[in-house]
Amino acid sequence: MKSPQSIDRYADALPQSVRETVFEGTRVPTIWRREALARDYGDSDPLRKLAAQIKQHTLDHLDQYLEQAETRLRENGAEVLFANDAASANSMVTRLLRENGAKLVVKSKSMLTEELHLNPHLEENGIEVVETDLGEFIIQIDDDIPSHIIKPIVHKNRRDIAKSFQREGLGDYNDDPETITRRARKHLREKFLKADAGITGANFVSAESGRIVLVTNEGNARFCITAPRLHIVLVGIEKIVPHDRDFAVFLNLLARSGVGQQLTVYTQFINGPRMVGVPALAGSQSPGFETGSEEVSRASDPPKGGTPTDAPTTDGAEKMVVIFVDNGRSSILDSEYREVLRCIRCGACQNVCPVYRQASGHAYRTTYQGPIGAVLSPLLMKQDEFASLADLPKASSLCGACQEVCPVDIPIPDMLVRLRDRAFREGASQAKAGTPSMEPWAFLATRPKAWRGMMQAANLANLVPLNLMPVPPLMRWLGSRELPKFRGGEFRSWMKNRGDDTHHE
Amino acid sequence: MSDREQIMNRVRNATASRPRTEYPQWDSGIVHSRGIRDSVDHVGLFCQKFDAVGGKMVKAIADLPEMLKDAASKKGYIDPELLPLVRDVLTGFEIDTTFDRAKVDEYAFGITRAAAGIAESGSLLLTGGSTSSRMGALAPWIHIAILERAKIVPTIPDAIALFGSERNALFVTGPSKTADVEGILIKGVHGPGVQMCCLV
Repeated sequence: MKSPQSIDRYADALPQSVRETVFEGTRVPTIWRREALARDYGDSDPLRKLAAQIKQHTLDHLDQYLEQAETRLRENGAEVLFANDAASANSMVTRLLRENGAKLVVKSKSMLTEELHLNPHLEENGIEVVETDLGEFIIQIDDDIPSHIIKPIVHKNRRDIAKSFQREGLGDYNDDPETITRRARKHLREKFLKADAGITGANFVSAESGRIVLVTNEGNARFCITAPRLHIVLVGIEKIVPHDRDFAVFLNLLARSGVGQQLTVYTQFINGPRMVGVPALAGSQSPGFETGSEEVSRASDPPKGGTPTDAPTTDGAEKMVVIFVDNGRSSILDSEYREVLRCIRCGACQNVCPVYRQASGHAYRTTYQGPIGAVLSPLLMKQDEFASLADLPKASSLCGACQEVCPVDIPIPDMLVRLRDRAFREGASQAKAGTPSMEPWAFLATRPKAWRGMMQAANLANLVPLNLMPVPPLMRWLGSRELPKFRGGEFRSWMKNRGDDTHHE
Repeated sequence: MSDREQIMNRVRNATASRPRTEYPQWDSGIVHSRGIRDSVDHVGLFCQKFDAVGGKMVKAIADLPEMLKDAASKKGYIDPELLPLVRDVLTGFEIDTTFDRAKVDEYAFGITRAAAGIAESGSLLLTGGSTSSRMGALAPWIHIAILERAKIVPTIPDAIALFGSERNALFVTGPSKTADVEGILIKGVHGPGVQMCCLV
């Protein structure tokens, strides 16, 4: 029997090889996550709760913090722009690239640019754009979309990738992961060096300093902002944290939650274009190399390391533009779902979700998938398009694992329930498909006499030999389970006859 | 109305009518991992963590030729200010003190300074001020960071406190790596496949 739920149909049709790679690709980081947090913190719950509080506070004061970040970035020589929606953001990027004569752009992995569909827009405008994260590069040459927030090709195996490389003229068929990586290094190195501009997202932005944080393991974001002369940052307005010091809270959670690493290999902090020919500020320590005291500071002492200086640097982007993108976020901020904006995109909820792991990311038909996607994706749609994704909140058993692993404690299960209710109230056909009508139940439940009668009458069901009925779903279910005897009405008669014992001590 | 004004208005309206939560005061101890809380020897912990994240410690400047014996070529980039420190040991190597982009594929190694080390994570802090050439620290297969022992700080918040007015700061925690293909760990994707550190 075909399920009326599109996510079920997708999961049923999933080739076994994909199912296996997704299952394995999510199982391992889940174990590493738990081990890393337990090893380093024992109980990591206080840190997680703190992260949630900091983010919630920031969202509650977002107007002030946005303006503060904007001011700091401008003071440091960065240009700051704001974009209402995808169309506005994409045309800003195109205009910036044209004005700066940029024809080839290297890009570091960014979920926001996936959400905005930036790449197709740039290509339509005659700009060559190259994804440089290995996974995203493979997604791009396959004309595919990512199926996981931090592991975009979790649905592909090495044989798929080897075929794609062969097709793209990146060498003969070879499915050795090391060979694949070396070939990508060589191919993308040329692009980095030729590129006129680098586009990145941002993991966090500090209102205090304007610093944006970029985390990668491969070093591609570092290359994107080192080799080309123009750096464009696209960042959601919700990515702000109040202070630089807060980075420590989030960085200690982000990589551990996502992949079980303490930190990703490269954690980049940037708040302006490179200094060109500006002498070091008077009073700041010389960048000269000197041998300091052998004594090493202790945790309680103020750090004694050298103070970095404002010395001019020889490479790095000369121009930096930061575009803060709304694209539906301010509407979410104005709703009962505002806590979802705390999300730091670690992917832990996807790794742990029994539905995601069986169905894979593409089953969700949208940029953000898994539990966080089932909340975020419908909410990011315009009001009249909400219905098209209104079935996603039903793709959950409400087991609660997603909230349990969430580094910012987003109440995803509660939100899924509220979204189901909204979908029902708005009469979204996607949400109704495959859901039995609750009307007969509602009829009985609001009529006590009819309810009592039904309870008694339903005892007759005990006479039906359910295990012999030729209904396949019932046979499957009862194959490994035993249904308890229906005892309708017993509770009521017990209540009535139990006597009054409230005065007993 | 500009996009900026529209966004700011919507954000203001969304936050104005609701109670706003306070910023939680927190002590740095909450983010310190167990390793650093129990540590008495931060230099020792740094070396141990640097090794654990896949880095290679160079015990002394004099060991550099031995550490570089398997390098793809004898060519390398070096921070000019470090030249006096290594000139005598790197005889037989061809060393540039200006990073030449045209030779990007010829450099087998780059030697630059680190502004600090982080004991609890085994990370190096590279800053615009301390890094003579970002490309020199990123593009060659081997990067050797020269780090003063006294510049090892215990924790991540300590390292963040060093940023000051630095526009470009970077934590490097081990060699460049990926696990995108079937979760299999491969080192050296875009950045160095070998990350070394020499304490002085």
